[in-house]
Amino acid sequence: MNSPFMALLRRDLLLAFRNPGDLATPVIFFIVTVTLFSFAAGGDLEMLSTIGPGVVWSAALLSAMLSLDGIFRDDYEDGTLEQMLLAPSALTVLVFAKLLAHWLSTGLPLIAVSPVLGILMNLDSDVISILVVTIALSTPVFSLVGAFGAALVVTQRKAGILLSLLTLPLCIPVLIFSVLAVAATASQQPVGGHLSLLCAFLVFSLTIAPFAVAGSLRLMAGD
Amino acid sequence: MLEAQNITGSRSEQLLFRDLNFQALPREIIYVRGPNGAGKTTLLRMLCGLVRPDSGTIFWDGVPIADCESEYHRALAYIGHDNGIKGDLTALENLQFFHRIYCAHSRPSPTQALERLDTSNLAHIPCRYLSAGQKRRVAMARLLILNARLWLLDEPFSGLDESARRIVSDLVAEHLGSDGLCIATSHQPLDYEQFGAKEINLGMAS
Repeated sequence: MNSPFMALLRRDLLLAFRNPGDLATPVIFFIVTVTLFSFAAGGDLEMLSTIGPGVVWSAALLSAMLSLDGIFRDDYEDGTLEQMLLAPSALTVLVFAKLLAHWLSTGLPLIAVSPVLGILMNLDSDVISILVVTIALSTPVFSLVGAFGAALVVTQRKAGILLSLLTLPLCIPVLIFSVLAVAATASQQPVGGHLSLLCAFLVFSLTIAPFAVAGSLRLMAGD
Repeated sequence: MLEAQNITGSRSEQLLFRDLNFQALPREIIYVRGPNGAGKTTLLRMLCGLVRPDSGTIFWDGVPIADCESEYHRALAYIGHDNGIKGDLTALENLQFFHRIYCAHSRPSPTQALERLDTSNLAHIPCRYLSAGQKRRVAMARLLILNARLWLLDEPFSGLDESARRIVSDLVAEHLGSDGLCIATSHQPLDYEQFGAKEINLGMAS
């Protein structure tokens, strides 16, 4: 329990819970966007269930983007990032702990509310279950890919747009295959292929991202 | 032993120092002096390995620091301009975090370190409510919990009051006394008659 990995994981989760505002922002944005769509569609239930998966998915991706900017910024500004770079434990392990904490505090709440939003968009229960599965497989990818972008812009104070430009294109394939999987379920076709590809994206980014993030942090912090 | 051979440093295309050579031995303190902007912080960050020198090499016990990174980091304590303290965590939680990521089991506990810096009463207060000097004290308490032979201190006294300065200079004396090395940028001279002292003067380049 006292390993560097657990220490950083615990610290970041503690920090997340001491800032409930930051913790709630992505998930509230997610709920508000989807709710607004359901009102804007004007009670046309059929249209809601047609556009539903796309709406929930775009909102989930944008909400995840909201939380990325701060992953390393605070640590950079108060000097704790410097201290982590100088810690004797491997930087990739520390990065992995930070990313896990980020996913637990931002990705997990998105997964948790997505079934409710699916019901709001008048989706069938089997479509909703596939929707939740795709969001569960993709939110870790957003944290991992987003952290890479966040590490590259860590020294820039206002990097919101730049960060989105860096990371959104890398997340688009995930969006496409998730929506394809949901569409396949809606038309009673097999979804195994799409889900396997999503798993492949996840495994790929899990393998590469901690190293890429650690490398870019070293590079950027030594400006 | 820390040794710098012909290191050259620059910041945003501006040359700060060129072909700097020095050696730091156990029981020795080195002062880095120079006017503001002369590159004192850059030099310290370079000695940590955070910044790479433009040319030249830094050796720790005869090995370039890039080749013995984890061993060197274990031997190193760096207190920079930024305190490296989280405002949302209490003083004690901050130190416990460092205690764990540095795996410093044999050293004084975070509570003892806070006591030594005369800050036990702050242990359970979130650090963002502390004054600049109190935060600096908490940062200095980190020196005690790390098992470091080499201390790199960037303006260690900034923001500290008279009693805290005395505590920190006692800490440095104890550290040097137990065969430690120390490199500090400071406008205030420290006098340790029993230990060796050297000066590096920056601001001559360009």
